[in-house]
Amino acid sequence: MDKILQVRHLKKIFPRQEGGEIFAVDDVSFTLSAGEKLAIIGESGSGKTTVARMIARLIPPTAGRIFLAGEEITQAKGKQLQKAYTQMQMVFQNPVDSFDPRCTLGDGISESLINHGRSREQAKKITENLLALCGLTADFADRYPHEVSGGQCQRAAIARALAIEPQLVILDEATSALDVTVQAEVLSLLNRLQQDRGIAYLFICHDIAMVQDFCDRVIVMHEGRIVEEGTPDEVINNPQEEYTKNLIDSVL
Amino acid sequence: MSQSAAPTIRLQNVQKNTSQRKLYFFGALALLLVVVSFFSEQLCPYDPYMQDMSLTKAAPSAEHLLGTDRYGRDMLSRVIAGSKTSIFSTLLLVSFITLFGSLIGIICAWMGRKTDTVLMRLSDMFLAFPGLVFALAVAAVLGGGVHNAILALAAISWPKYARLARSQTLALQAAPFMQAAKMAGSSTFKLIYKHVIPNISGPILVTAVLDIGTMMMELAGLSFLGLGAKPPIPEWGSMMSDTRNLLPTQPWVTLAPGFAIFFSVMIFNLLGDTVRDYLDPKRR
Repeated sequence: MDKILQVRHLKKIFPRQEGGEIFAVDDVSFTLSAGEKLAIIGESGSGKTTVARMIARLIPPTAGRIFLAGEEITQAKGKQLQKAYTQMQMVFQNPVDSFDPRCTLGDGISESLINHGRSREQAKKITENLLALCGLTADFADRYPHEVSGGQCQRAAIARALAIEPQLVILDEATSALDVTVQAEVLSLLNRLQQDRGIAYLFICHDIAMVQDFCDRVIVMHEGRIVEEGTPDEVINNPQEEYTKNLIDSVL
Repeated sequence: MSQSAAPTIRLQNVQKNTSQRKLYFFGALALLLVVVSFFSEQLCPYDPYMQDMSLTKAAPSAEHLLGTDRYGRDMLSRVIAGSKTSIFSTLLLVSFITLFGSLIGIICAWMGRKTDTVLMRLSDMFLAFPGLVFALAVAAVLGGGVHNAILALAAISWPKYARLARSQTLALQAAPFMQAAKMAGSSTFKLIYKHVIPNISGPILVTAVLDIGTMMMELAGLSFLGLGAKPPIPEWGSMMSDTRNLLPTQPWVTLAPGFAIFFSVMIFNLLGDTVRDYLDPKRR
């Protein structure tokens, strides 16, 4: 299978205010194949979100290289970065904050389409189809983010991420702000979309139980390092590291 | 539970309605002032420059509603004509500093690093001077005249807007929707134009409207001190200054422009308060 994402020796060091440094991410390497669902799990502060944000080029890495569909994007700027964003999209943790309060959901979803040369009518049509695909009606396009529930907003955010037909979607704790029943609905939506479109997911999450059914492969992170890697069943049934055992015990 | 919830909802509606009604009321008054200042030449009952030496310092009468000054000029006409200088110049000044200051603030927040440091230290320098005293110095160096008074006040008042726009933009930059917009492939220009400006315009607008009153006072103050409009151009501040020795004997001559300033400043301040209340998300 094609490698959609390759991360090599990624590092992020934050300077500490009182001097010294924090190794938020320390030498992280992994690959993600096209259509694969990979989860990164770990407690808060383990560096998983920092990894996601570096891959999405929202913060610059201190060291290491990132390849998206074979092309290096570690230093990408301007046009090159815009091109990378047609292949890679992100769904954020808090759905309501991820839409501009002054714009309708439809504006948010169609923004990438218009930026990449679609006409307004085309974008409107695609937006309506995407909303339907994500289980919302077309009239949600005219609503503002504060007028819809968290679950509906996250569906709209997924619609936005899919608009440009990316090959990779990064889900940064995309279900943690939602309640349990809505979580299950959103996960089944993501599953369905993955089967229809063959998108690869990078699923950032702290809930090991949720990952078990959903993902093909799991990476466990602890204090900025990868401590374990394997299929969910391998990791959960036969954890090698003490930290992973604790993480599993804390759920069960 | 449902019974106790109903009155709360009604109370919120009442509050929203009053703030909206107040907004229309003060908005209409402010608009009236602007219209008067715009059509001041047509509205004057007499020529504000026409002197009538046979009728100097006349008390208010049916012919001259606000009396006449020491040259026999009709005070009502002079007050109306003065609104052009006072209100128009103030609005010009406030729009200029709002646009210029906000632009600088957005640039600072966006560019960061050196640009930010240089521009912000520059604005600190302007903020370090006591406002009106610095304006006095600038106006004195540039010489009198309304234009120079506007320039002097603009020089001291833009940093407030730059700081406000900068802090608002910085706060926005961390918002997830800005990152989402960036990942949607929006250019810097589009990010600023479509996402930053609409989101920071609320607080900036409130500050600007509240500033109209202050700026009107300061402009009148400069004119009062002889550094703004030059006589015989009617301007409320300089009119008060010219006639202040008449206050004990013919008070209407001084009080007419005085009350004009008082009411205009009050209307714009109340409008500012109402706009702030109206835009306050907690009130919605």
